[in-house]
Amino acid sequence: MIAMLIRRIIQAVVVMLVVAFISFSLFQFVGDPINNMVGQEASQQDREELRERLGLNDAIPIQFMRFVGNAVQGEFGISYRMARPVSDVIMERLPATLELAFVSGLFALTLGIGLGVYTALRRNGWLSNFIMSASLVGVSLPTFLIGILLIYVFAVELSWLPSFGRGETVRISDNWTTGFLTASGLQSLILPAITLGLFQLTLIMRLVRAEMLEVLRTDYIKFARARGLKQRSIHFHHALKNTMLPVITITGLQLGSIIAFAIITETVFQWPGVGLLFINAIRFVDIPFMSAYLLVIALIFVVINFIVDMLYFVVDPRLRVVKRSAGR
Amino acid sequence: MKRFIRSVSTGVAVTLMLSAAASAETLRWASAGDSLTFDPHSQNHGMTHAVAHQLYNPLVYLDMDSAMQPGLATEWGILDSDPNVWEFKLRQGVTFHNGAPFTAEDVVFSFQRAQHANSDMRTLISSIAEVTAVDNYTVHMRTNGPNPLLPNNLTNLFIMNKAWAEANNVTTPQDYSAGEENYAVRNVNGTGPFRLVSRDPDVRTEMVRNEDYWGRDMFPMGITRIVHTPIQSAATRAAALLSGEIDFLQDVPVQDITRLNNAANIRVATGPENRTIFFGMDQGRDELRTSNVKGANPFADKRVRQAMNMAINRQAIQQVVMRGQSTPAGMIAPSFVNGYTTELDTVPATNVQQARALLAEAGYPNGFQVTLTCTNDRYTNDEALCQAVTGMLGQIGIAVRLDARANSIHFAELQQGVLDFYLLGWSVPTLDSHYVFDFLVETKTENTGAWNFTGFSNAEFDRLSRSLPTQTDLNARNDAIARAWEIMQDEVVYLPVHHQVLNWAMRTNINFDVQSQNQPMLKYLSYN
Repeated sequence: MIAMLIRRIIQAVVVMLVVAFISFSLFQFVGDPINNMVGQEASQQDREELRERLGLNDAIPIQFMRFVGNAVQGEFGISYRMARPVSDVIMERLPATLELAFVSGLFALTLGIGLGVYTALRRNGWLSNFIMSASLVGVSLPTFLIGILLIYVFAVELSWLPSFGRGETVRISDNWTTGFLTASGLQSLILPAITLGLFQLTLIMRLVRAEMLEVLRTDYIKFARARGLKQRSIHFHHALKNTMLPVITITGLQLGSIIAFAIITETVFQWPGVGLLFINAIRFVDIPFMSAYLLVIALIFVVINFIVDMLYFVVDPRLRVVKRSAGR
Repeated sequence: MKRFIRSVSTGVAVTLMLSAAASAETLRWASAGDSLTFDPHSQNHGMTHAVAHQLYNPLVYLDMDSAMQPGLATEWGILDSDPNVWEFKLRQGVTFHNGAPFTAEDVVFSFQRAQHANSDMRTLISSIAEVTAVDNYTVHMRTNGPNPLLPNNLTNLFIMNKAWAEANNVTTPQDYSAGEENYAVRNVNGTGPFRLVSRDPDVRTEMVRNEDYWGRDMFPMGITRIVHTPIQSAATRAAALLSGEIDFLQDVPVQDITRLNNAANIRVATGPENRTIFFGMDQGRDELRTSNVKGANPFADKRVRQAMNMAINRQAIQQVVMRGQSTPAGMIAPSFVNGYTTELDTVPATNVQQARALLAEAGYPNGFQVTLTCTNDRYTNDEALCQAVTGMLGQIGIAVRLDARANSIHFAELQQGVLDFYLLGWSVPTLDSHYVFDFLVETKTENTGAWNFTGFSNAEFDRLSRSLPTQTDLNARNDAIARAWEIMQDEVVYLPVHHQVLNWAMRTNINFDVQSQNQPMLKYLSYN
């Protein structure tokens, strides 16, 4: 167990280093930040001096080593665009992204499980069929289009909900501002959360439905029916329990992508989270911010994967046996 | 669709409604980008200045018609006794937002601050040797040699309060490149028509009317409160205006203009923008990098440049690519720049036959290949414009390979001087032709021709252009400008395409018009 843990951690570190290196090499192709930082009147000499000061003239491996060395200490350098430490900026904007991700995750999970169970139980009902067809729309429409459609209907045509921003926020700690405590903050969350969660919702719904149908065909459900248990008890107690295992796994893994995919939703709704900052950073060639963001996202994925792996290990005794024999 | 939604929506609980239109005096202002910093001397950046103009004042500024107006200075002129000295008489009785009186000391301090190495504004005032306070309300600026156009460089040079800067340890500008954040980045003590209430970078900036403003009774000053929000996504910007969450919108998406104009309570104001779009060709090299012609440079032959100039159908570009939102251009300066004439700005007639003949005459009967590099995220419809021009040049046999990319890459390569054929846009902040000559046309040296990547070098032109900064006889100066433009046109140094057009959209109850510098001076805004 301990050996396996250590092996996993080493793997995680390697993944992080690879991500850092790849993202860093990519920055050779994003252009030159200098022009965004000085006016058109700046002389060639000014530009050169600035490049020298930012260390952009050093060899790539040297720049990379410097970056990793700082990153290990939690230092990501200074954002070129905002002229502030990157770590500060990320900490300031992360709450907005996390709140949005949390709400869309909750929305996807509750509705996804509910609709999944319903469509499994009423397999041939007209409503089930309608939900299944509608879910195809959710899967196939690109995020930005969903966002714009929602804005068009609920903000422009109906004037029910705001089309951009977070509304009024309340500061609860030094860098955590929340939109949960005001009416406008909650209203502002609705459209982006739906936009971000729609794909996950359809995914979870179809997964739950398939699993549920699978479980309902098993012997123990037949026995339960034969024993004369109530339908409700069978569906929601015996069947749903076994349906949930793979769903929990998938949800865990999807959590990472919700945070990562927030970029598009945040851009459409001008949601002041890290995703929007990342887009701005790309436009501005804000290399310190871009590398830090990619690292943070990679870290989130690695940690989630790690936890899911560990959970499997704990939950499913069979894995340990298989792993051991495979290890020889 | 619309009708269906409307019919469903009637009878919905009112609690869901957005807050009804805010009180008539709050202006909710949106634009694509945000101010980078409130430190007034750190960055020379359009949106940063646009926001700063509401909070700070320069000595002189350009009003909504781009005419120079007295700001914190009431009179200015060159001393009769010394042509190297500009005298500025300052406005009396002005106070900063914190109540401190405004005096000559603040001007001297602000100019010294703007000349600091950290300041992006220092190039604009590099001709100033020293600034001295003669008395509390008179300032002398000594320039290195006569500089008849000095005030043109000062329209975005804001005046700070010396005592406040010293108290808050911001006597030098924010060092943007070192990532320094000082007190002045988020806090303001200016003399401007609005005071800062709160600042959340990239999210929201709130200001209130300054009741002690020196121009409180001179200007409409109809707004009591401003909330500025950047909204990057073009579709969302337009939607926010349509849904009533925004009252005033800069950076109106071209594709939404008709729709916004058709909306009941929105109008779109249109005016010329201080930006001309053109193509540059590397004429100085022996051989192009991306052409199949070896041992010669087609662009070095004037006939080729003339042929290309004739091949570009600017009317078609205006109608099809720009949806009418541009003005075809014959020169790289908009109409309000000193030196502009309608004659110079006349667009060359499109003539494919003649262009082909010229190419054949120059020795390229079958045309040649070349790569055109363009931005795809900098100017209005830049990539589509380049695609159109690629087709037009194809008609006369020039096979253009189009390479469109992000502006950060484009400008970096352009600065390295490695592009054969490129797109560029230029604005003239000083409103004088010399700015165009100095940067785009003069022979490239250490201090001149900073953006001249054409290899063009002409002794007569350089002589004319270099006489301009110190020429105090305005008639002689204007003659030199006219002659310089003639040379530039005759040599077809660049291929001008069009002047961009600015669109601002707003509620119909707002009285406001477009300002060509894309800097809304909101003290001029009034409500019907």
